[in-house]
Amino acid sequence: MKRFERVLLPFSAATGLIVLWSFWASGGSGAATDFPTPLEILRGYRHLLETAPGEHSPRLVQHVVASLFRTTFGFLAAVLLGIPVGLWLGWSARAHMAWDWLVQMLRPISAIAWIPIAIMVFHGDELRSVMVIFIAAFFPILVSTSAAVRSIPTMYIRAARNFGLRGLPMMQRVVLPAALPQIVLYLRISAAISWIVVVAAEMVGQNGLGWLITDARYQGARTDLVVGTMIVIGLIGWGIDVLLRRLEKHPRVSWGYPQRG
Amino acid sequence: MGNSRLEVHGVSKSFVQRGGALLDVLSNIDFTIEAGEFVCLLGPSGCGKSTLLSILGGFETADAGRISIDGEPLCGPDPRRVFVFQEYGIFPWLSVNENIEFGLHRLNTDERRRRVAHWVGATGLGGFENALPAELSGGMRQRVALARSLAVEPDVLFMDEPLGALDSLTRQKMRSEISALWQRLRPTVLFVTHDVDEALLLADRIVVMTARPGRIQEIVSVPIAHPRRFGEPEYVAIKRRLYRLLGLGDEV
Repeated sequence: MKRFERVLLPFSAATGLIVLWSFWASGGSGAATDFPTPLEILRGYRHLLETAPGEHSPRLVQHVVASLFRTTFGFLAAVLLGIPVGLWLGWSARAHMAWDWLVQMLRPISAIAWIPIAIMVFHGDELRSVMVIFIAAFFPILVSTSAAVRSIPTMYIRAARNFGLRGLPMMQRVVLPAALPQIVLYLRISAAISWIVVVAAEMVGQNGLGWLITDARYQGARTDLVVGTMIVIGLIGWGIDVLLRRLEKHPRVSWGYPQRG
Repeated sequence: MGNSRLEVHGVSKSFVQRGGALLDVLSNIDFTIEAGEFVCLLGPSGCGKSTLLSILGGFETADAGRISIDGEPLCGPDPRRVFVFQEYGIFPWLSVNENIEFGLHRLNTDERRRRVAHWVGATGLGGFENALPAELSGGMRQRVALARSLAVEPDVLFMDEPLGALDSLTRQKMRSEISALWQRLRPTVLFVTHDVDEALLLADRIVVMTARPGRIQEIVSVPIAHPRRFGEPEYVAIKRRLYRLLGLGDEV
């Protein structure tokens, strides 16, 4: 019964939504609309999935790969730098005092606001978007890591000191493992932000899913392509989240979450 | 396993409260623990007994006074003197085996394995080697904490209400296990509790403290052979005396 519902409920909700949408978008309610019907979007995919002469893969696939590539690099760079810096700011009260003001000031600036600077600094499309994604993911990772470290129960730190741990071993064996569940939680959020930001960053570029949306407008207001691309963006974003959620199941991480059921 | 003699001379400590006023937590504490002795710190909540233990463990510093261990001044935490916490002292991301092995990083692999296996057996954790703390009962977790501490073969154990989070049946069982381990290994133990029976069943001497500021009211010897039993005349006499010192009557 439960499993049956799990399939049936979303399936019937989707069917209902598509029927209503088709009815409304095709002008069935009396008012004319520019919004594409589901059928038009499906037809639009035929256009998006064409392989241009002399190219190896369909247009859509090329742009998906470009966006995923940038997001991956920007996000990984943010992880590789954000976690160590976060550990340091969380661990050292002096470092926190010295630098927290800067973090707090830079953090609320939307990564989008860095696009003009990224354009000035980097000439290629790639690094430009990678930098913007890096900034978007770096601050949440940094701030959550530092907060996670500062909320480690004193007892763990004392026990570790008691057994003679200091410096790097203390970080590796106690501070990082103790903070890991909270860090992973925010990695998921940061990856979602990265994926949101890549679309914006690519709107001023020459390829990628963000560019594809802007381009569809210039091709004679092809809203079918716009909405079609938006659906692809949503599905991939969901996929990224599902993938990262698997990290939470790892025993080195899952211990930190309350047991459900 | 060796043991150490601890001397505490004129230790005082105060904290700055919100608003800036000073709160005296410990005032002029003076006592000595002989090597291999089991001493309980007994007193009401807020009498500074946990603070005193933290100072002896090297985690906090006293405002005044002197602490020496085997004649050497105390300087910071040391694996020769291990702290056992009331709760959460073991690492929840490590398995039972990994927790017990935690303090053994200076030893070679063979010796580490040997000690882990030994303490898993000695604390009755067999069959749970790969379990995470969350999968264990409170009593089992405290056994892991004990095993982890004893595995480094310390000279001194500082125990901060180690049984405080357990239900009363498990508590009694763990109490006898701790007593048996101590009788076998004879480390120096300083054990904080607010449970009169616990102190009476375990300690050679009981340091009774008063609250705000924490002072030593009296040091009571418990010259009863192990295993001790509730209700023996000597036991009851000392218990009456402790209740009087704590300002309690002996009827419920």
